[in-house]
Amino acid sequence: MSSIKVELKQCEIDKIKEICQSFNNEPGELINVLHKAQGHFGYLPAEVQEEIALELKISVAKVYGVVTFYSFFTMLPKGLHPISICTGTACYVRGAEKVLDEFKRILNIQVGDTTKDGRFSLSCLRCVGACGLAPVVMIGEKVYGRVSPDGVKDILNEYS
Amino acid sequence: METIKLTIDNKPVEVPKGTSILHAAKGAGIHIPTLCFFKLGDMPIENRPGGCRVCVVEVQGRRNLAPACVTDVTEGMVVKTHTIRALNARKTVLELILSDHPTDCLVCAKSGNCELQTLAQDMGIRKLHYEGEQSHYREDTSPAIIRDMDKCVRCRRCEMMCNDVQTVGVLSGINRGFMSVVSPAFEMNLDHSVCTYCGQCVAVCPTGALTEVDHTNAVIRALADPSKTVVVQTAPAVRAALGEEFGLKPGTLVTGKMVAALRQLGFDYVFDTDFAADLTIMEEGTELLNRLTQFLAGDKTKLPILTSCCPAWVKFFEHQFPEMMDIPSTAKSPQQMFGPIAKEYFAKKIGVERKDMVVVSIMPCLAKKYECSRDEFSHNGSPDVDYSISTRELANLIKQANLEFDALADEDFDKPLGESTGASVIFGTTGGVIEAAVRTAYELHTGNKLPKVDFEELRGLAGIRSATIDFGGLPINIGIAHGLGNARKLLEDIREGKSTFHAIEIMACPGGCIGGGGQPLHHGDFSILKARQEALYREDAGKPIRKSHENPFIIELYKEFLGKPLGEKSHHLLHTSYFDRSKKLIYINPSHPEE
Repeated sequence: MSSIKVELKQCEIDKIKEICQSFNNEPGELINVLHKAQGHFGYLPAEVQEEIALELKISVAKVYGVVTFYSFFTMLPKGLHPISICTGTACYVRGAEKVLDEFKRILNIQVGDTTKDGRFSLSCLRCVGACGLAPVVMIGEKVYGRVSPDGVKDILNEYS
Repeated sequence: METIKLTIDNKPVEVPKGTSILHAAKGAGIHIPTLCFFKLGDMPIENRPGGCRVCVVEVQGRRNLAPACVTDVTEGMVVKTHTIRALNARKTVLELILSDHPTDCLVCAKSGNCELQTLAQDMGIRKLHYEGEQSHYREDTSPAIIRDMDKCVRCRRCEMMCNDVQTVGVLSGINRGFMSVVSPAFEMNLDHSVCTYCGQCVAVCPTGALTEVDHTNAVIRALADPSKTVVVQTAPAVRAALGEEFGLKPGTLVTGKMVAALRQLGFDYVFDTDFAADLTIMEEGTELLNRLTQFLAGDKTKLPILTSCCPAWVKFFEHQFPEMMDIPSTAKSPQQMFGPIAKEYFAKKIGVERKDMVVVSIMPCLAKKYECSRDEFSHNGSPDVDYSISTRELANLIKQANLEFDALADEDFDKPLGESTGASVIFGTTGGVIEAAVRTAYELHTGNKLPKVDFEELRGLAGIRSATIDFGGLPINIGIAHGLGNARKLLEDIREGKSTFHAIEIMACPGGCIGGGGQPLHHGDFSILKARQEALYREDAGKPIRKSHENPFIIELYKEFLGKPLGEKSHHLLHTSYFDRSKKLIYINPSHPEE
């Protein structure tokens, strides 16, 4: 649920129209349209969903239903540095939860949220496939292995 | 047509290919219990997500149990519907559903009428073996409908009605897993959404998740207040269905008993919305003829004219077709015409001040609760109609007052606002409003008496109907739609300039008002709608006066008070205008409403 109010500029509305057009405004292409739209805007605020609903001629409720069903789609802008903590089996067993708690403590946000200054957002992943390096944390495309709760501060400092 | 032979519970069954086990069993007289499944009679309205798994049955040779509603029969299939394995599975499914369901049956509005409660009873559930976290959602109250999602079983019937039948599109399944629920976009409140309050979602919800706002206590307080003169008006569709709440056969006309009950409840004057329906015909019929004259003189924008007595339909086009706001008639609905006539004309007649008169309406409809709360139907804080209660709420009031409904002797409505014609009674069914309008418009336009009063070509239950009526040499094309999905089709035709209709009647609910959101639940039995419809045509045929313009009390009302149809006073009291509600919606984060 988003509480951010966005005023779409005309060029942004045109971009959404363009994305929908590239799929022939087919209602069945909703997921692809949302994917592309999120790729462009970084997230899917309510206003973007409304515009997509108008263009594809489906109800806003249905668009919202698809957005909330898939964890990939987000209504909150991701941070400049998106942090993903692997909570797959190996990482979990090797203390991923404590690492997560430390990130939450230092950044003062919950999982799924973004820091107020927009620099970091926090999410959990299932198994990135680097179990030998457990516990694993990814920030953007960079992979950190054998992360300990004590090491979280230093990792974050790399991004200041 | 290829048929399949199979065996269900040792009975040989033969059905067309493509039939589900559920339907095949029903044909053989075997009733497999269901929860999410819903089919509305012969109409192409069916909800079968195959989600709840209550209808599981054993199929020989199949490893797992089959959900009967979504499994098609195959040649030689052997089905057993009540083996111990199937029964155990059914009970487990129910216990799991109940483990995330509030246990406040005692005070739930659906108690006694709840499909989940009935299932639990029928399956002999005595102990819930599963315990866990329970869902908690905020209660969403709007002018007409209450959403209590703690009681939602995710059957998706409401979503089906709203999207596929009504094409309003308010509801959708959202989130996933334990968090999944059915909700408006962005979890906004219903009264911020494009909801039309047609109440079809309430009519199909198997539990107490969707219910109507209950005004019975407010009505009781008004009745108990000695300083208030409480006036009641009853819609036509109510009298054809109210008896069902007391065990009477569908289609039993209970007009006389209804009036007697209302009088016993303490209403000071028992009037009939049908009187106001006759009034609506006077105003709308005159408007139709005026616009027809202008149309024939060359102004093609003047037609078609659309009926405007259905508040769900009005909200529908205000949200979704606001550019066509000049097309519906400006006449108010019968409920809302009755209000000013009661509070201005009648109140003065009996020497009661406006502030001391309370007008209550009994309606088959939930949108009428919203309608009477609209700002333009209120003057200085005094609404024209104070409360609208549904057929179901009236039945509850009668039961609260321990009246033996069936034993009541018939009584008549009070005069002058209780006298009505046959034309007004048929307002309750699809095709009725336009037939009533045609009866009057024909005679006013041609100056001749109708050769016949009944217009069979306008009757029926098909979703979209059309007929051409000969107005003394002038062919008038009539369109009729019920169910908002069908209304949308006609509106889109108008929008694209493809419509050839001169006058169109629209009712939001399938079947018209007889199938309204506030009527006794029909649980998908289409024959009930048919029976109610026939009852209204029966009452019409039995009335001495069958055309609105021949109602002597209407004639008197114009002579004494209103002047003439579309005259200044009529226009001021009995006509209205519409609002563009299509702008982008405001949604407030319920956990941070200050943002």
